[in-house]
Amino acid sequence: MSTRILDVENLVAGYIPEVNILNGCNVHVDAGEFVGIIGPNGAGKSTLLKALLGMCGVREGTVHLNGENVTGKKAHELIPLGVGYVPQTNNVFPSLTVKENLEMGCFLNPKVFTHRLDVVMDMFPKLRERASQKARGLSGGERQMVAMGRALMLEPSLLLLDEPSAGLSPALQDEVFLQCRRINKTGVAILMVEQNARRCLQVAGRGYVLDQGKNAYTGTGRELLNDPNVIELYLGSLSRATGG
Amino acid sequence: MTPVSRVVSEAVPGAPKQDPILVVDGLRREFGGLVAVDIAHLEVQRGAITALIGPNGAGKTTAFNLMSGFDTPTAGSSSFDGHITSEVSGHRLAQLGMVRTFQLTRVLTRLTVLENMMLGAVNQIGERPWTSPFKPLWAKQDEQIRERAEELLVRFKLDHVKNEYAGNISGGQRKLLEMARALMVEPKLVMLDEPMAGVNPALKQSLLGHVKNLQAEGMTVLFIEHDMDMVHEIADWVMVMAEGRLIAEGTPDQISNNRAVVDAYLGEHQGTSFLEDA
Repeated sequence: MSTRILDVENLVAGYIPEVNILNGCNVHVDAGEFVGIIGPNGAGKSTLLKALLGMCGVREGTVHLNGENVTGKKAHELIPLGVGYVPQTNNVFPSLTVKENLEMGCFLNPKVFTHRLDVVMDMFPKLRERASQKARGLSGGERQMVAMGRALMLEPSLLLLDEPSAGLSPALQDEVFLQCRRINKTGVAILMVEQNARRCLQVAGRGYVLDQGKNAYTGTGRELLNDPNVIELYLGSLSRATGG
Repeated sequence: MTPVSRVVSEAVPGAPKQDPILVVDGLRREFGGLVAVDIAHLEVQRGAITALIGPNGAGKTTAFNLMSGFDTPTAGSSSFDGHITSEVSGHRLAQLGMVRTFQLTRVLTRLTVLENMMLGAVNQIGERPWTSPFKPLWAKQDEQIRERAEELLVRFKLDHVKNEYAGNISGGQRKLLEMARALMVEPKLVMLDEPMAGVNPALKQSLLGHVKNLQAEGMTVLFIEHDMDMVHEIADWVMVMAEGRLIAEGTPDQISNNRAVVDAYLGEHQGTSFLEDA
């Protein structure tokens, strides 16, 4: 029996008063699980991650983290509880070096820095080569690694990823997905929002399709990839480059 | 299903085309000591859909900026239908029939979606100072523009948010709005910078059909894209940039099998699934 890390029930949330983006969304993540969230534009995928981190108003519903009610708590209160977050864009400090960026990840507990730096750099050997280089000069894929590495510095039990492959070349996208799988295999549970739906469902054990702020379909990655409704409404039938 | 190529050309970088709409010569852009773009020669075939691909940081967007007159080259030139783009102002280029979109969307957030669209139309009588006070002079044209805008919003599945402020719609929807707004210009050449980034796959597929229609209506399309599905599905011709240079061009199939392109850009996992025990 695996333990439930994250349990989101009937979440209703939005930015402007009386306009709800999420309309009763249910998502859960068990320890060590890899969960992907896909859905049409404007379905509320990024809003879900923001609502989890207290970055937008939660109107109804609850969020439980390891059994504790954390509904509406802010990011800085959640990070000590074992949540790591990688935003979609602007996710590194360009004027800081790679090492300094990683150090920022330890802001709430600087004592662990030396130890975790080794662990994270073992996970991303490229970051070790570039440790003293400014993040500004890194390629898109390398920045994504810095952002993920930083989120891993406090040894989170749950990692939230907002479109980690956005804007990357096909080769780098593949690298990022495989890297996410490797991170997951070290025991970190992942909740990933992605636009590259096929790759996302290929690496995730389980997936949700969100539509208009609600769950539309749920299943294992393989089930969703083969579900005719999901293909028709969401995945589309173009699949040459990402191995349908 | 690969489209029948409308481009008759040799698959070598800088190869001449039968009827080029865009010609680039010795184009070079330096930022300090860094050479971002260095293209000896490049021609884009009129009436074709051409894709520009390449690794992150290859200089694709910089090349786009130079070709569309948003940036001035350090040396060399880019000409659209015989007009040197860096010497013609942005609104004039739009009137001549060249329009582009941006990777990071630039919508007017405090206007509604519909207002954003209507602003895109060129030669509006109501925009001239001496006619704007007299509504009867432009009311009819305004109505036509509104109809065209609404029709495009339906095609781009944005009609249900037409009265929302553009600042309140999602990132992907802004992307669509930008593309739809570009088409309000009724351009000869549409340049799209990563049009499908952040657009969900099913909608992507319907948009691809729409881009093909543009071609059927006589427009030329040049787009930057990382999505190889899209490239294979609609591009007649593909150009590949790396480290500021044009390193290859050819049909989508020729490019997919080009060893240098696979190494520099596509990666070894193309066409394989990441499902475990698959």
